Amino acid sequence: MKNSSQSRRNFIKSIGLASGALVIGLNSTTGLAKILNSKDINKIKPNLWITLYANGETHLIAHRSEMGQGIRTSLVAILADEMEADLSKVVIQQATGDKKYGNQNTDGSRSIRTFGTTLRTAGAAVKELLIQAAAQTWNLPAKECHADSHYVHHKATGKKLFYGDLVNKAQTIELPTKPTLKKKSEFKYIGTELDNLDNQLFVTGKAVYGIDTKIDGMVYASIQRTPVMGGELKSMDKTEALKFPGVIDVVEIKGTKGAPLFNPLAGVAVIAGNSWAAEQGKLRLKLEWDEGEHNQHNSKQYKEKLIASVKKTGKAYRNDGDAYQVFTDNKSNAKKKTVDALYYLPYLAHAPMETPAALAWVQKDKCEVWAATQTPQNARKLVAKELGFKEEQVIINVTFLGAAFGRKSKPDYVVEAAKLSKYLNKPVKIFWSREDDIKHDYYHSVSAQYHKASIDENNQVDAWLHRSDFPPIGATFNQAARGPGSGLSQGATTIPYDIKNIQVEAGDARAHVRIGWLRSVYSVFHGFSTNCFIDELAHHRKIDPLQNQLELIGPDRVLPFNKEFEFNTARLKKVLTTAAKNANWGKKLPKGHGMGIAVQYSFFSYIAQVVEVSVIDGKLKVNNINTCIDCGLVANMDAVKNQMQGAGMFGLSLAMYGEITAKDGKIEQSNFHDYKLLRMKDAPHIDVEVLVTDNPSTGVGEPAVPPLAPALCNAIFAASGQRYRELPLSKYGLC
Amino acid sequence: MIINLINGCILMIKLNINNKVHEVDVPNDMPLLWVLRDILDIKGTKFGCGKGLCGACTVHLDGKAVRSCTTSVGSIKSEKITTIEGLSKNGDHALQQAWSELNVSQCGYCQPGQIMTAAALLSNKTKPSDKDIDDAMSGNICRCGTYVRIKAAIKMAAKGVVS
Repeated sequence: MKNSSQSRRNFIKSIGLASGALVIGLNSTTGLAKILNSKDINKIKPNLWITLYANGETHLIAHRSEMGQGIRTSLVAILADEMEADLSKVVIQQATGDKKYGNQNTDGSRSIRTFGTTLRTAGAAVKELLIQAAAQTWNLPAKECHADSHYVHHKATGKKLFYGDLVNKAQTIELPTKPTLKKKSEFKYIGTELDNLDNQLFVTGKAVYGIDTKIDGMVYASIQRTPVMGGELKSMDKTEALKFPGVIDVVEIKGTKGAPLFNPLAGVAVIAGNSWAAEQGKLRLKLEWDEGEHNQHNSKQYKEKLIASVKKTGKAYRNDGDAYQVFTDNKSNAKKKTVDALYYLPYLAHAPMETPAALAWVQKDKCEVWAATQTPQNARKLVAKELGFKEEQVIINVTFLGAAFGRKSKPDYVVEAAKLSKYLNKPVKIFWSREDDIKHDYYHSVSAQYHKASIDENNQVDAWLHRSDFPPIGATFNQAARGPGSGLSQGATTIPYDIKNIQVEAGDARAHVRIGWLRSVYSVFHGFSTNCFIDELAHHRKIDPLQNQLELIGPDRVLPFNKEFEFNTARLKKVLTTAAKNANWGKKLPKGHGMGIAVQYSFFSYIAQVVEVSVIDGKLKVNNINTCIDCGLVANMDAVKNQMQGAGMFGLSLAMYGEITAKDGKIEQSNFHDYKLLRMKDAPHIDVEVLVTDNPSTGVGEPAVPPLAPALCNAIFAASGQRYRELPLSKYGLC
Repeated sequence: MIINLINGCILMIKLNINNKVHEVDVPNDMPLLWVLRDILDIKGTKFGCGKGLCGACTVHLDGKAVRSCTTSVGSIKSEKITTIEGLSKNGDHALQQAWSELNVSQCGYCQPGQIMTAAALLSNKTKPSDKDIDDAMSGNICRCGTYVRIKAAIKMAAKGVVS
C-alpha cells in the first residue's frame, strides 16, 4: 500500500484477490469522488472498506458509534439502496479507533450529515461496477442491464447474475468515477421507516455494552475521586476497604495539574473481583483531600454573579445598528416601549443509563481496550500517551453505548482503566456507580441570559439586546479560557429575527467544575431564553405568539451565518406553521389549558415544537407535543421520529427536573432521587412530522432538545398567566 | 436460597435462574444484580443506579418484578429467578415482538428492565389501562425517552396483535 505507483485497480486487486472478495476503499473525509478519480493509492488513502464476498455477504466498516440514534441501520440502508443490495446481506463491522477513518467522533449530529453522500456515492459506484462486470460476462451493453436486490439483470434476455458471482470479474474493471446517484423517487430504503437492525439484540439483553465486557483474568475497579475539581489526595486510610471480602488492592491515581482535559481526576481505586466488592471497598475508604481553589464554588453565589454579569454591558459579538441608542431614545418617547427579562438555567448532568464503562488490558507492547465511547480516536491517543505507547500499539474496540448525550465523548474513564491495568499488570474494568457519574460529569454549563427589546410606535420590534454568560467548555482544555468561545453561534448571534438593531454580548464567567457539551449544547440555554422572550414580546405586542414568531422572522431569505448548509427563513417558518397546524394551534382550550410554541435552527436543521399543557391547582400536566423537523434528506424515517420523541422527552426532563448544583465546590446531587429524570407518568404523547425536502441531510440527534423547554414555559404562560424564567420547574412546585 | 454446608465451612448459595440451578460462593448481602452479571455472566440485566431508582436491573422472582440491585442473594429463598434471557425461549415473548415491531429501543440499555417490568404487569393485568401502565412503568427510567413507544408496545402485546 505504500507503493505510490500502485493504481487503485491494483489496490482493489491486491486486497480483493488476497481475501477472495471485492474490496472497495472509500475515503470518509474527502469524499469518494476524489478516490475514484485518483490513480495514486497514497492520495486515495482509503479508510473505509466495503467488502463483497462471493456468497453475497456485503460488509461495511462503520466508523460511527451506536448510542441510540440507530446509525448502524441508517448506514446499511444508505449503502444497500444505492448499491441495489439485499438489505439482509449487508453486515456492519464496528471500526476500532483509528485516525485513518477521518473524523470518528460521534457527536454534533454529524454522521449522516457529513457521511451520507459519501456512502451513497460508494454504493452507486459498486452497483455500476457490478453492472459492468455482468455486461462484460454476457458480452452485452451495460446500459441494457440493471441491478436489483443483489442481482444484475438483463431484461431483454431474462439473464441474471448474482452479485457474489461477479466478484472476480469486477476486480478487472475500473471503478466508475462518477456514479449516478438515485433520484428520490427511486429510493427503496432511504427515507422509509426501517426496522432497527439491532432490535433483537436489544430486546433479548444480548447487546454488549461497555459495562458488559469481560476477559479472562480481569479485575474490577471503583474509584473515589476528588470531590472538587483539581483536588489532590491528602491522606488515605484504606484499612476498612481492604477488609471487605473480594477486595484485592487499593491504588492511588494522581490527578494532573492544569486544565481538566480528558484526564482522570485524582482518586483512589479499589480493585476487586467483582464490581460490587470494588464499590463497597470504595465506600469504605477514608480519604482527605486538598481541595484546591474551586472549593469556594457555590451555585447560589455563582448564580448571583452570572445575573449581575448579564445586567451590565458585556463584550459585543454582534452589533447591527445601535440597539442602545434605541433604548435611550425610548425613554423620551411615550409611544415606544422597552421590555426586558432575565433567564437562568442550572448545570445539567448527562446521566446516560449506562454509566461510563471501559475495560483495558495493557500488555508488554500493546494495549487493548473495549469501551463505550463516542470518541475512539481520542481514547486511543490519550491511552497511548498515558502508557508511553505509539497509537498503533493501542486497539480501541467500540461496544454499544448505553446512551451517551456527549458524556462518552470525554474518555477520562478509558484512561483510568488503562492506567490501572498498567499498574496491576492485569485487564481492568472500570466501574462507575451512578453517584460517580452524577458527581464527576463534564457538566452542561449553568447560564444567565438577559434580553431587552424595543417595540416602536407601529408595534414593531426595532431593537434586540441579548447578553449571555456561562462558564465555557473551553475551560476544560485551557484553564484561562473565559468568554463564550463559539457558543454564541448556537442560537444567540445567529437568531433569525429581522430586527434592525441587534446587539449580542457575552460575559466572561470562569469554570469551577468540568464543563462539557451535552446534547444540543449552547442552543439549550440560548434557545430557551430567546424563545421565551420572543413569546413575551408577543404578549407585549398583543398578537398571537405564532404570528409574532413569523412576523419577527420576516421575509424569506437565506441568513449569512453558515457556509456549509443554508439557513433559510422560509424553511424555519414552514416548520413553525406545520407544527402549529398539526397541533390545531388557536383552537379553543378549556380554562387552565394553554399552548406554547418555540422554534430553533440547530445543527443545521429546522425544528418547531408546540406543547399543550394544563396548569390546574398549581400542578402542571403536559398533554401533548407536536414536533416538526426539516432535516433535509432522511436516511431512516422511523429513526428520525424516534429521535424527535426521545429528544423531546430529554428537553422535557431538563425543563421539569434537571438541576445540578455545587456547594463548596462539590456537586450536591448523587443519584436519580435528587437528580430526577422524566418518567413515564410525566411523558406526554409526541406527534412528529418530518418534512420531506430535497435539501442535504442535516442534524437529527440533538435539534429537538432546545425548543421544548421554552415551548413548555410559553404554554404554561398561556394556561396560567405565569412566566417561569428559571428552570427546572420542579423548584416552583409545578411538578 | 438453599444453603449447603460443604466441608463444614463454605456457604454455597443455590439460585434457580431461568430454570437452571446455579451454585455461587458469594456473601449473603451481595445484590443479585452483581451475582448475575459478574459471577454468572448473565448480563442482560443492567446496572443503572444501584438504589432501586431506575429499574434497569429488573428481574422476576416467581413472576414478580423486583430490582435486582437492591435484592441481596441471601434474601432469596426458593423463588425462581427469571431474567431477560429467560423471559422466552427464542426471544419472542409478545412484549419482545412488540418492542421490535415498534422499534422501541434507542440505545437499548434500559429495555431489558422495561420489558421485565412490563411482563410482570401483563401477567397480572392482561388488559392494562393507561394508568395501570403508568403506575407499573414509572419506576423504570429510559434516558433516551422512548416512553411513548414503550406504552404503545405494551398495549400492542396486551392486544395480542403482534405477528
